[in-house]
Amino acid sequence: MKRLVAWFDERIPLQGLVEFLGKKYVPLHRGSVWYYFGGVSLFLFIVQVITGILLLLYYKGSEQLAWESIQFIMSKVRFGWLIRSIHTWAANLFMLTVFIHMFSVFFEKAYRKPRELTWLTGMGMLFLGMGFGFSGYLLPWNELAFFATKVGTDIAGVLPVIGKPLMIFLRGGEDVTGATLSRFFGFHVAVFPGLFTVLLGIHLILVQRQGMSEPPGSDAAPNRRVMPFFPNFLLRDLLLWLLVLNVLAILAVFFPSELGRKADAFASAPAGIRPEWYFLFMFQSLKYIPSQVLFMDGEVLGIMLFGIAGLLWMFVPFWDRKSSRGETNRVVNYIGLFVVLYIVLFTILGWVL
Amino acid sequence: MNAGIESTSNVTTKRDFLKYVLGGALVTWVASLLYPLFSYLQPPRQAEVEVTSVNAGRLADIPKDSGTIIRFGNKPVLLVRSSTDQLRAFSAVCTHLDCTVQYKSDLGMIWCACHNGKYDLNGRNVSGPPPRPLEEYRVILKGEEVHITTMT
Repeated sequence: MKRLVAWFDERIPLQGLVEFLGKKYVPLHRGSVWYYFGGVSLFLFIVQVITGILLLLYYKGSEQLAWESIQFIMSKVRFGWLIRSIHTWAANLFMLTVFIHMFSVFFEKAYRKPRELTWLTGMGMLFLGMGFGFSGYLLPWNELAFFATKVGTDIAGVLPVIGKPLMIFLRGGEDVTGATLSRFFGFHVAVFPGLFTVLLGIHLILVQRQGMSEPPGSDAAPNRRVMPFFPNFLLRDLLLWLLVLNVLAILAVFFPSELGRKADAFASAPAGIRPEWYFLFMFQSLKYIPSQVLFMDGEVLGIMLFGIAGLLWMFVPFWDRKSSRGETNRVVNYIGLFVVLYIVLFTILGWVL
Repeated sequence: MNAGIESTSNVTTKRDFLKYVLGGALVTWVASLLYPLFSYLQPPRQAEVEVTSVNAGRLADIPKDSGTIIRFGNKPVLLVRSSTDQLRAFSAVCTHLDCTVQYKSDLGMIWCACHNGKYDLNGRNVSGPPPRPLEEYRVILKGEEVHITTMT
């Protein structure tokens, strides 16, 4: 063992890494618990990569075979139901933990200088996560997925100027067909994972280089306490990962994924078409906007408002100058609180109505 | 071509000229790279058989107070036989967000399950989000056979 380490050390000096890990501390304060959500999201992403690769061994991404291949996975492949259910549940938990991670970073103002790039890459991964969810939803090629994709891509199509070409690009034609499935499959297993890995790499390197952010003011406190990252924090992280894995297994066993009926372009939309829960708040909002507002289509207005809100949110490190200077910025807190309440309220409305 | 020997201003023009040539070449090169790429991303137009009329089956096979989705080329068309024995046909594509509508006999209306849009049996959008009426098709009875054709 020692000789092995020495062999590597001669070629790529490990001394620096060991020193770095030894000196890495995690600050302790009232908000320390939020530090765990980034790690849990990372763990869930790893679970997605592993289960995704496993599903790829049997999944067939074509109009004729997609639904049948999932049926095969669910009924014939040993533990196929488990792998698919874990993939579905981990996707949902991932979005949940990512949202919690994002909001905790927002409220602790951890995006402030010098961590703007960490925030931006994180937001990029959040959007990619939504893309993963939207594209993955179609892959079983069942009725719900088919119509949800029709609606989702049609919404993209109402955007002025770029809408129509964007819709055709997404659908691979005028309508949602097997061509759409092929494209979404490609996005889901090649394009998005590639982009995500790059962003994740930058994100993690930045977190390591800059260390954990502390809430404004607390880093200068006289009774500042810290915990060594290695091994104390890392072991806590791993314990939590183990717990999450157990939760995943329980969810997958007791609430396995359903398959539904195969998509049929010549069947009426069944009742209960709704997107995944993390899109519900936007979806529900669109329902409340009248079909015509002044000279604009209600839908166009809704999408543009969400687009602008998303951009403002993404660029918060650049307009919240106060936090970067170390001053308190209450406006940001109120905006954040409003957004959280809005999302929670509209998600519930979308769920029960 | 006596620029080189004379003055520095001419040297700059020469350099500018080279800049333009090389810059232009770069732009052309990038464009020649991107053009096939973007063309590739645009799905090719599939040759579609222009359908103007389809046979929807025998009248006796269509129950009263029911709706059936008929294949009209690659578009779905909803054929409704109302409780008052009227035959109407509409595009089954909801004008809101592209879902496929259905006949709902308990309401006596055409209904879209996606966002609860409702149309009356003339295809008019009467409640919910749909912005326009459904596109209408003509129903023609030839003896026992029901035919659906485009309006024009």
